[in-house]
Amino acid sequence: MNKKSLSAEARRKTTLSVVLAVICVIYVLPVVAVVINSFKLNTFVKTDTFALPTGEMYAGFANFIKGMTFGNYPFVKSVIYSVVITLLSTALILLCTSMAAWYIARVNSLFCKALYFLCVFSMVVPFQMVMFTLSKTANSLHLNTPWTIPVIYLGFGAGLAIFMFVGFVKSIPLEIEEAAAIDGCGPMRTYFSVVVPMLKPTMVSVGILEIMWVWNDFLLPYLVLDKNLYRTIPIHIQYLKGSYGTVDLGATMALILLSIIPVIVFYLTCQKHIIKGVAAGAVKG
Amino acid sequence: MKTLKITNSNSIRRATRRWGLFFLGPVTAAFFIGFIWPFVQGIWLSLCRFKTISNAKFIGLDNYAKAFQDVGFRHAFWYTALFAVVSLVLINVLAFAVAYALTQGIKGSNLYRTVFFMPNLIGGIVLGYIWSMIFDGILSWWSTSILLESKYGFWGLIILMCWQQIGYMMIIYIAGLQNVPGEMLEAARIDGATRWQTLFKVTIPNVMPSITICMFLSLTNGFKLFDQNLALTGGQPFIIQPGGATIKTTEMLALNIFNTFNASGGSSQGVAQAKAVIFFVLVAGLGLAQLGYTRKREVQQ
Repeated sequence: MNKKSLSAEARRKTTLSVVLAVICVIYVLPVVAVVINSFKLNTFVKTDTFALPTGEMYAGFANFIKGMTFGNYPFVKSVIYSVVITLLSTALILLCTSMAAWYIARVNSLFCKALYFLCVFSMVVPFQMVMFTLSKTANSLHLNTPWTIPVIYLGFGAGLAIFMFVGFVKSIPLEIEEAAAIDGCGPMRTYFSVVVPMLKPTMVSVGILEIMWVWNDFLLPYLVLDKNLYRTIPIHIQYLKGSYGTVDLGATMALILLSIIPVIVFYLTCQKHIIKGVAAGAVKG
Repeated sequence: MKTLKITNSNSIRRATRRWGLFFLGPVTAAFFIGFIWPFVQGIWLSLCRFKTISNAKFIGLDNYAKAFQDVGFRHAFWYTALFAVVSLVLINVLAFAVAYALTQGIKGSNLYRTVFFMPNLIGGIVLGYIWSMIFDGILSWWSTSILLESKYGFWGLIILMCWQQIGYMMIIYIAGLQNVPGEMLEAARIDGATRWQTLFKVTIPNVMPSITICMFLSLTNGFKLFDQNLALTGGQPFIIQPGGATIKTTEMLALNIFNTFNASGGSSQGVAQAKAVIFFVLVAGLGLAQLGYTRKREVQQ
């Protein structure tokens, strides 16, 4: 390459960098707007959305204190329920679907094939198809509390998890498990001591996808949970939105900020795994 | 030696098989409660008139006829289709462009990737709330609101979805672009191909699998969209027709089904379930058709 085309290449890269940097700034702006407005007095959020909260507009941390008891429901409770539901559901899904996937891949009986087919099929079914009957079923079985809703998540979310686990188990050479069996391991021990350690990377990917889904999910808990008692963060925010105009926008933004911060911290600490998990789960429809 | 091995794995398989209840039981039970039973019951109820599930009465295809006659449902269908196509094109073109730029070895690529993906972590309801504040803040300069004009609602939702989805599709495109064989690109360069020729004749055919996945994802995402639609406009503005029917101009299919279930009286629940079945056939059919079509155009390796 001669000198001239080299400098053209450098110029091209600089232009690209500048364009990307500009897009990057635009990308962050909505989050910046949330931060700014969470410190602003209600009346100025609508009229001066993009102004800094200075002087008479400044509400400070009063917004955060006020937001805590918004909508006659303590925000802390929503956070706790969201955390409980997300952790329980993810743990249950990881344990049960990986067990089932291993069994399906290894035994491969007619029942296994049928179950696997139904799981793949469930991935193309939109939630609206089952939402009405599912909420009635959950109600009649008393699965409408944060401690029992993980069963519903396991049922409706099993498809993708089983699909991903079966794909991975099939790539593990059978010889390892045979060796374990010859050394005297029963199926239980083979699974928990030999297969689970090998499944770990896939478990991280599936776990990340499930956490992102359950934490942000609105409609399923909205239809299944007893809403007077249990509200997750998205349900709580939607309730506030429902009373738009009467509600303090600055304080609502403070709540939104509080609910985004843990997500962003989680993202920045597990970024590598999250991006890998998303790429692995891209088959989902 | 070989026979020994076969006996071995067969006996292992038999031993494992006995544990079926333990390994498959929990998932099968939950899958039955959370998917199979509601799905079967849903199809049955779409053929019934009912106020509560226990007194459902079979009425054939009446609910489907009513669903197709519903002006609001037909409007929601065309609105959703338009939205899905526009968002599919915009998201994929922009995501591919960003992914292409980020694989050119620019400094700070990792930082940009981190930022572009970030909106995916935020839930649809919260996103809708954030953006309705932003759009209202901008539109207040002309003393209007996103709830007052359906075109604001449409483009607002497009902007929101681009902001959220570009980062997601970008990740898939980057993975695809990194798999394009370097010697192919070099061969094109030595043969004197221009940058655009290389892009269209070498790079794009090689990332066709990623394009398939992304188009499939953004199309079904567009059709299934609910949270963002509910939180940003909730279907507003409404138009009242001369006949008395109300059309929610920015209401998409999923939201229309949800609202039909919640309509007063509860007599429309059969119709809502019929709409849900139509919706399922549409989403599943579209996804499969599109997948089949794009798979044909992939490069055979």
